[in-house]
Amino acid sequence: MAQIDPSREYSPLRELIFTRLREFFREPEAIFWVYIFPVFLAVGLGVAFRSQPQQVIKVGAASGEGAERLVEIFRDQAGFQLQILPAEECRKDLARGRLDVMVEAKGKEYRYVFDPTRLENAYCRDRVNRAIQRAAGAADPVPVEDEHLSEPGTRYIDFLFPGLIGMNLMGGGLYGMGYVIVDMRVRKLLKRFLATPMRRSDFFIAMLSSRLLFLIPEMLFLLAVACLGFGVPVRGSMLAVGSIALVSALSFAGLGLLVATRARKLETISGLMNLVMLPMWLLGGIFFTTGRFPEAMQPLIQALPITATNNALRAVMLEGATLASQLHELGIMLGWGLVSYLLSFRLFRWI
Amino acid sequence: MPEFLKEPLEASPPPGQRADPRQLAVRCRGLRKVYDGRVEAVRGLDLEIPQGECFGLLGPNGAGKTTTIEILEGLLRPTSGEVEVLGERWGRRDHELRQRLGISLQETRLSEKLTVRETIRLFRSFYRRGLDPDATLEMVSLGSKARAQVGKLSGGQRQRLAVACALVGDPDLLFLDEPTTGLDPQSRRQLWEVIRDFGKRGRTVLLTTHYMDEAERLCNRVAIIDRGEIIALGSPAELISSLGGEHVIEFAVQSKGSSMGEPNGREAPAPGALIPAIKELRSVRAARADGSGISLTVEKPHLAIPALLEALQAHGLEIARLATRHASLEDVFVNLTGRHLRDEGNGSN
Ligand SMILES: Nc1ncnc2c1ncn2[C@@H]1O[C@H](COP(=O)(O)OP(=O)(O)O)[C@@H](O)[C@H]1O
Ligand SMILES: [Mg+2]
Repeated sequence: MAQIDPSREYSPLRELIFTRLREFFREPEAIFWVYIFPVFLAVGLGVAFRSQPQQVIKVGAASGEGAERLVEIFRDQAGFQLQILPAEECRKDLARGRLDVMVEAKGKEYRYVFDPTRLENAYCRDRVNRAIQRAAGAADPVPVEDEHLSEPGTRYIDFLFPGLIGMNLMGGGLYGMGYVIVDMRVRKLLKRFLATPMRRSDFFIAMLSSRLLFLIPEMLFLLAVACLGFGVPVRGSMLAVGSIALVSALSFAGLGLLVATRARKLETISGLMNLVMLPMWLLGGIFFTTGRFPEAMQPLIQALPITATNNALRAVMLEGATLASQLHELGIMLGWGLVSYLLSFRLFRWI
Repeated sequence: MPEFLKEPLEASPPPGQRADPRQLAVRCRGLRKVYDGRVEAVRGLDLEIPQGECFGLLGPNGAGKTTTIEILEGLLRPTSGEVEVLGERWGRRDHELRQRLGISLQETRLSEKLTVRETIRLFRSFYRRGLDPDATLEMVSLGSKARAQVGKLSGGQRQRLAVACALVGDPDLLFLDEPTTGLDPQSRRQLWEVIRDFGKRGRTVLLTTHYMDEAERLCNRVAIIDRGEIIALGSPAELISSLGGEHVIEFAVQSKGSSMGEPNGREAPAPGALIPAIKELRSVRAARADGSGISLTVEKPHLAIPALLEALQAHGLEIARLATRHASLEDVFVNLTGRHLRDEGNGSN
C-alpha cells in the first residue's frame, strides 16, 4: 500500500514546465516547423534572390530601319545585350519579361517601350538612354566617380535573416501559446486541471516560461545558421539581439494567449492564428521592406509587433544599433504584450 | 486578482443551515441546470451521500449524470440549487476543498507524448499531500507501464491511468464519471477492484454509470436518474426487491405443433394478449411484453414456472424459449420507465 508522502518534493511549476518541454521535443513536426522550416526558407529565398554578378540589360530592337545604328551604338558597350527581332516578337518578349526595354529608331529620333511600373525597367530605360545620348556626343558636365560595394550586410540574405527570426518569434508565440492551449481545452485537459488544486497562476507562468525556454535554442540555432552558414553579420551586441527576442517573444506569447482565450475548436484557433499572422507576414517586413507599401498604410504597418521586431533586429544586427536606440520598437512590442495579457485575463475560459 | 485566476464559481449562496456536514460527503438540494435557456438537463435533484459510501448515479445517456456530477465537482455552475461537498460550498475555499477531491472526467485526453509516470507525477504535484506516484500506478496495475507513453496505452490502461490521477492526491471523496464505459470486461473488473479498495479505506465514492451490473456490484446505494430526475433511490437490493420479486422469467410462446421452420403453422397470439391471464398466476408479481416475448417478475420461480406451463397448455400454446435470471437494476429501470438503460429514445421494446 502506498504511504503518505509528507515532503514537498513535487513542484507543480517545474512539472508543468517539464511537461511542455517534453511534449514539444517529442513532437517531430514541431521540431520541423521551428528549426528546419526557417532554414529551408532562408536557403530557398537566399538562392532565388542572391546578389547577381553585374546585371546585363536586355535591349530589344525591331529589325528594319535604324537597327544597324543601334548595333553600332551598343557593340562596344559593356552591360548591354542587344537583340534584333521582328517588332511583334520584340513586344511579346517585353511583356514576358525576357527583355527589359525595347528601342525603336525612327530617323534621328528614338522611342523607348517599357513598363514604367517596374522599377528595374525604368532604370534600364535610363541606362539605354544614357548610352544613346553619349554615342550622339552628350558629355557629363560634372565629373563623377563610382565605388562598388560588396561587403556583407547589404545582401538580400542579410536583410532576410532578421525577418525570419522575427517570423519565428511570431509563429512560436502564436502556436506555442494559442494552438497548444486550445488543444488542451479541446482535450478537456484544461478542465481536468481545473478539477485539481493546481494554481492557475502556475499554469500560465509555466506556459510562458516554457515558451521563453524554447526561445534560447531557437535563437541560438537560427543565429548560428545565419552567421556561420550565410555570413550574416551581427554588428550590435548579442545581448541586444537577445533582449529584443525576449521582449518580442513575450509580446507574441501574449497575442497567442489572447487568440486562445475563447476558442473551443482547433479549426477556430487555426483560423484565428491565420487571421493574425497573414497580415503580419505580408506587411511586417519579413521578406521585403515595409517601404514598398504606400505612405498612408505606414502608421498601421509600423505599429505592428512584427514590424517593430524586424526593425529592431535589423538595426542591431545589420547597422550595429544599440538597444537603447530601439526603445520605440521595444515599446510597441511591450504595448501589444500588455494589452494582450490584460484582455486575456478578462476573457480566458477553462472549459 | 485578475479574473482568469479566480475560481470559476463565486460565492453567492445565502448563509445556509447545515444538516450535519461532518457526516455527509455530498449534499445537494433542488439542483437544476438549464443549458442555453432551453435544455433542462437536471430538474431539481436532492442527494445526500454519507461519508464512506460508494454511491452510484445510474441512468441512460443524456439522463443528466455528467451535468450533475460536474456541478458537484464545482466545474459547472447550477442554474439553481444548493451544493455542499465535504461540508463546504463552492466559491469559498475552493483550493482547500480541491486538495481533498479526486476527479476523473467522462472524457479527458491526457497528453500522448508523456509517459505514464510523468503524467501521474504531474497530477501528484498539484496536491500538498498524496500518494507516491509509483505506488499509485501499482494500485491500478500500471507499474509495468510506467515508462510507456500514454499514446501507446490501450483504452483500459488509459482509463486506469485517469483513475490513478484522481487517486494520487489521496482524496477523501472520489468522483468518477463513467469510469468503465467502452472497456472490455476484464478492464472493467480491474477498475472495480481499484474502486473497491479505495472504498475499503473508508473513503467516499460518487460514480456515474449506465451499466446496471456496475452499479449493482460496486455501489452501496444507487440513484436511478432519468431525464434529469431521480426516479428511484436505495441500495441495489432494496431497489430490486421493490419489484416485488427477485427473479425474472423471460419466455416466448408458439402454437402447439408449429416449429420455427414451418411456414404454415398457425400464428402465435400476440404476447400482449396473454399478459392479463399470466399476471394472475402464482408467485408472479409483474408481467410485460418485451420484444417478441414476455418478461415476468416472480417471487419463486419453482412455483411460477409450473403454473405458467399449465396456463399455456390451456391456451394451446407451448414454450419457444424460456430463461430465468435474477432481477437486476435494469429491470427496475424498465419497470419505472418502460425503456431500457442502453437504448435511450427507442421507447419500450
Ligand atoms: N454544454 C451543453 N450544452 C447544451 N446541452 C447540454 C450540454 N451538456 C449536456 N447537455 C444536454 O444535457 C442533457 C444531459 O447531458 P449529460 O449530463 O451529459 O447526460 P449523461 O452524462 O447522463 O449522459 C443531454 O440532453 C445533453 O444533450
Ligand atoms: Mg455523461
